[in-house]
Amino acid sequence: MKYEPVIGLEVHAQMLTETKIFCGCSTKFGSEPNTQTCPVCIGMPGVLPVLNKKALEFAVRTGLATGCTISLYSRFARKNYFYPDLPKGYQISQYELPICEHGRISIIVDGTVREIGITRIHMEEDAGKNIHEDRGNFSFIDLNRAGVPLMEIVSEPDLRSPREAVEYMKKLRAVLRYLGVCDGNMEEGSLRCDANVSVRPSGQKEFGVKVEIKNINSFRFVEKALDYEIRRQIKVLGDGGKIIQETRLWDSGMGVTESMRGKEEAHDYRYFPEPDLVPMVVDKKWTDEIRASLPELPDVKQARFVSGYGLPEFDADLLVSEKAMADWFEAAVKAGGKPNSVSNWMKGELVRLLNEENKSFDDCPLAPEQLAGMLKLIDNGTISGKIAKTVFDEIYKTGKEAEVVVKEKGLVQISDSDEIEKAVDDVIAKSPGEFERFKAGEEKLAGFFVGQVMKLTKGKANPRIVNELLKKKLSS
Amino acid sequence: MKIKKGEIEHIAVLARLYLSEEEKDLFGSQLSSILGYMENLNKLDTEDIEPASHVLSLHNVMRDDIPALSLPGAEALMNAPSSTEKFYRVPKIIE
Repeated sequence: MKYEPVIGLEVHAQMLTETKIFCGCSTKFGSEPNTQTCPVCIGMPGVLPVLNKKALEFAVRTGLATGCTISLYSRFARKNYFYPDLPKGYQISQYELPICEHGRISIIVDGTVREIGITRIHMEEDAGKNIHEDRGNFSFIDLNRAGVPLMEIVSEPDLRSPREAVEYMKKLRAVLRYLGVCDGNMEEGSLRCDANVSVRPSGQKEFGVKVEIKNINSFRFVEKALDYEIRRQIKVLGDGGKIIQETRLWDSGMGVTESMRGKEEAHDYRYFPEPDLVPMVVDKKWTDEIRASLPELPDVKQARFVSGYGLPEFDADLLVSEKAMADWFEAAVKAGGKPNSVSNWMKGELVRLLNEENKSFDDCPLAPEQLAGMLKLIDNGTISGKIAKTVFDEIYKTGKEAEVVVKEKGLVQISDSDEIEKAVDDVIAKSPGEFERFKAGEEKLAGFFVGQVMKLTKGKANPRIVNELLKKKLSS
Repeated sequence: MKIKKGEIEHIAVLARLYLSEEEKDLFGSQLSSILGYMENLNKLDTEDIEPASHVLSLHNVMRDDIPALSLPGAEALMNAPSSTEKFYRVPKIIE
């Protein structure tokens, strides 16, 4: 029997605020354990939380960017459970009346656009971090993260394959980064993902029994964990078994999902309206202000890159995946680079060099103007496309202008026919046998001769002139 | 309003309370009478009254995103029943 997977994602995004959601403690990552806490976030009796206005603004910002309805009236709720990383014994979250509802994000998979629904976006506080000893009888708790503002972004069960889930995550991450509300750093846990997944016989309308997978914190793991879980469920059903509704943990080391049954799992959170915080009213005036401050988002930018710069869809997709990359592209075009050339150099050489150094366009050592300057030298024939690769490496490493590098290294293209002819004659003289075969009609040897001339001139000969001269020699 | 014994046991588990059989009976009857008393509220006519989660007519009490001083690490850990120099220490929570 053929089965169809049904997937919904719950993404937790850490908001890029300076301070925690209900107190003034810093949210900085990587500080000494338990140095960014105060009586509010460690749950001392008698303290009162006060909402960070920026956190609410960021949630509204994200809601507007994903086509959500912003709730005029919204409130926090207590989610009650015991765990050592949760000092109060409850998490302040939202239950009824979340801040945003009914949005969508569009993704493209295999050339097809799919709209993925967003059920809701709500605000909540993060818990602390647990560190476990390999041996021994203790766990250790760092509460620096307790109270850091999170957005939980819940999708509809609209995803139909692990690939779609990854594309959704990528698009969501890009949008969050464009908005400046989350840095999207999955390694540091700023973006975390839980998945609900079930399978059903193809064509069946009703959903199968769903399993929740926790602890998926990279794009690669999203795909792997879902792949594994879907295969597991199909096998269970194929063997005549039943899927149990449960929570499973992704073990990236073993590449499997494991049941958390038997471990602490009381799904009885006894939510009730948070009495320590007053309701939120987001009026139209504030919503309009936030809407007006939204940046151009990836989808709109992508369409503009295709229509305005004549870029292929695929290139435009890549360029807009990071705002910094898109901005870099436009700056290079503004400095005089032809859009297609700029795009080709960026996705080829520049991305390669950045990857080698584990850098991104946020800390790109090459200025867009440097690339534009080099492209000018190619266009006016000063350097060949081949030499340009050397020049490119050099301007990237030194920060110098292409013109300066070309002068310093003597890389100017030789377009002087006499000089090139001399080189062509030299090469022919050295390879009389090949030349005879070439003359006799073995056309593929043209490449050999061009290559030899390039070698002799250290790549500086203008290839157009080399070809012309070879043709001339052939007919003489 | 009589609370069943099973409910008392469930609430006790959620609250991490370990009750003896006598306590289950005692607290069960006490809770029943408290909840019974609250039932009186149902006699009120609330037809035209909006449900409220709050008694104050306040909303949007917020602060700006400006960092304030945190507690020094040692002070934060001071009241913990068990700690190391840098961490709270608890019985192991995973197997």
